[in-house]
Amino acid sequence: MMNLLKGLLAWVDERFPLVSTWKAHLSEYYAPKNFNFWYFFGGLALLVLVIQILSGIFLTMNYKPDALFAFASVEYIMRDVQWGWLLRYIHSTGASMFFVVIYLHMFRGLMYGSYRKPRELLWIIGMIIYLALMGEAFMGYLLPWGQMSFWGAQVIVNLFSSVPFIGPDLAIMIRGDFVVSDITLNRFFALHVVAIPLVLVLIIVAHLVALHEVGSNNPDGVEIKKHKDANGIPLDGVPFFPYMVVKDGVAAVAFLMVFSAVVFFAPDMGGYFLEYNNFVPANPMKTPEHIAPVWYFTPYYAILRAVPPMFGSQFPGVVAMGVATVIFFALPWLDRGPVKSIRYRGPIYKTFLAAFVVSFVGLGYLGLMPATETYTLISRILAVVYFAFFFLMPWYTKIDACKPEPDRVTSK
Amino acid sequence: MKAIKRVIVWAMLACMPVLAHASEGGVHLDKAPLNLQDQASLQRGAKLFTSRCLACHSASAMRYNRLNDIGMSDDQIRAELELPEDVKVGSTMQAAMDSNSAKMAYGVAPPDLSVIARSRSADWLYTYMRTFYADSGKASGWNNKAFPSVAMPFVLADMQGEQAMEDGHLVLKTPGSMSVAEYDVAIADLTNYLVFMSEPAILVRHQIGWIVLIFLSILLALMYALKKEIWKDIH
Repeated sequence: MMNLLKGLLAWVDERFPLVSTWKAHLSEYYAPKNFNFWYFFGGLALLVLVIQILSGIFLTMNYKPDALFAFASVEYIMRDVQWGWLLRYIHSTGASMFFVVIYLHMFRGLMYGSYRKPRELLWIIGMIIYLALMGEAFMGYLLPWGQMSFWGAQVIVNLFSSVPFIGPDLAIMIRGDFVVSDITLNRFFALHVVAIPLVLVLIIVAHLVALHEVGSNNPDGVEIKKHKDANGIPLDGVPFFPYMVVKDGVAAVAFLMVFSAVVFFAPDMGGYFLEYNNFVPANPMKTPEHIAPVWYFTPYYAILRAVPPMFGSQFPGVVAMGVATVIFFALPWLDRGPVKSIRYRGPIYKTFLAAFVVSFVGLGYLGLMPATETYTLISRILAVVYFAFFFLMPWYTKIDACKPEPDRVTSK
Repeated sequence: MKAIKRVIVWAMLACMPVLAHASEGGVHLDKAPLNLQDQASLQRGAKLFTSRCLACHSASAMRYNRLNDIGMSDDQIRAELELPEDVKVGSTMQAAMDSNSAKMAYGVAPPDLSVIARSRSADWLYTYMRTFYADSGKASGWNNKAFPSVAMPFVLADMQGEQAMEDGHLVLKTPGSMSVAEYDVAIADLTNYLVFMSEPAILVRHQIGWIVLIFLSILLALMYALKKEIWKDIH
């Protein structure tokens, strides 16, 4: 039996680089042994991707992308399809959890300087994934065809019409109609289930290829490749298989427990994951009193609302929102600190990072609230803090009093 | 590092307060005494719903035989809900009045109630159906404290009686066929039913959830033991 399997493996290996790929990316790919809690979220994002693709395939089998039937087909899934309610809750919870793990994954990058040389491209590819994910979530949110689906899409697509000169035509091109309609629903469905997932999978592969080329950063921000043994193996590295696989496995199960707790006990998460108003079918004739995007977009939405219209145009707010999203791309070149990890950074960087977190979370909260005078004022202050973190970075990272980095990774 | 963690936790907590259904003009909502385990209550609610609400409202996502889930057999559904001969027990709940004539009569088409408890909340429904009062200024002769200027006439007036608004308080002027306590129970039953109807899976999802969590806890313990074993040589 063993010989037969060995023969089969040899047969395959002559035709496909199976063993060498396994070695290069798993059994002889070395990850720093000092990974902490924050290093779980990349793997978890991959897990959520798989969950979303699988649950999405089965939802697609039962959903109808038609303005007349979409809302009813979601209820059909919730009631008449075997385990349909579970599929739907898994998918809706997965959408929010995707952003939870991605935001934590990105925050890890900020804390430990994971975007610094030689990982600039890795970071940029990751940011492209993030943008694609935002598109994916936005398109998907239209599909249940509830009031929030409809009016959320209406508001966001209208932002494009504020672009000078080409704006109105651009908005029509996106919708395929003069308002969000059946045509929009159909094309968003196509983009959500085919186009963007394909792109996502491709760039995620690119993200992993880039990661395996440069190797992982770690909580100390020092390169494990600097110290290798006689065989060229990093002294502070452990093979990804089996070490990291079982460690990530523990995190995956713990994560699935949190995930299941939401799916089975609080699928709407008090209105954050499934908005109450989205259980009212889309009605183009009736604008809801209060339109709020889902929580993962609200920091940017708050920045959009914080910028006052100039020359009778909302465009400056749209630009601010756009800059707030893409400014992350510039991080590798904005950061001039002599060390990568927050462990060895000085008090100035730590203060700025904490202020950034407060501004991001605070803006996220304000984006859910109606724009009252006080809230708008707080939004403006937090938006300034948000941008200060990035635009002042070249200056404050340079003057900060950093501690010396260790030569090798440290473990507790 | 400690300080940062503290700031993050603080910031996250500060943003947690639940949005709730605060947009209804700040009307105080009474807490609906829900009990989805109480099949008798759910069945009474179903009967009240089909005999009164279905006259004008539909519940187009709800099939009659889904009432199997709350302990009613097909025969019981047919007999106790007095289904007409031509309505199959597997049909969805359609309104007796068609939506166009309803729109002519009341100015707005009565909304479908399949998922009303999810968009409005149980507390709102429980309050709404107990806060109608007579208002001669309105076309229907009725107004509502939770839903000012509502187009719907009060179809349960024979049960609750007639309330009037005096200095912002509702006062029962003419008693109906039920006492206040009996009427509250009837509306609690109806609300209970509407919550079930909005999401029939709610009856099973908690139980399945516990099984899943128990399974995952065992798996977690095993995974952790495996990790410990494999990592024991790494320092």
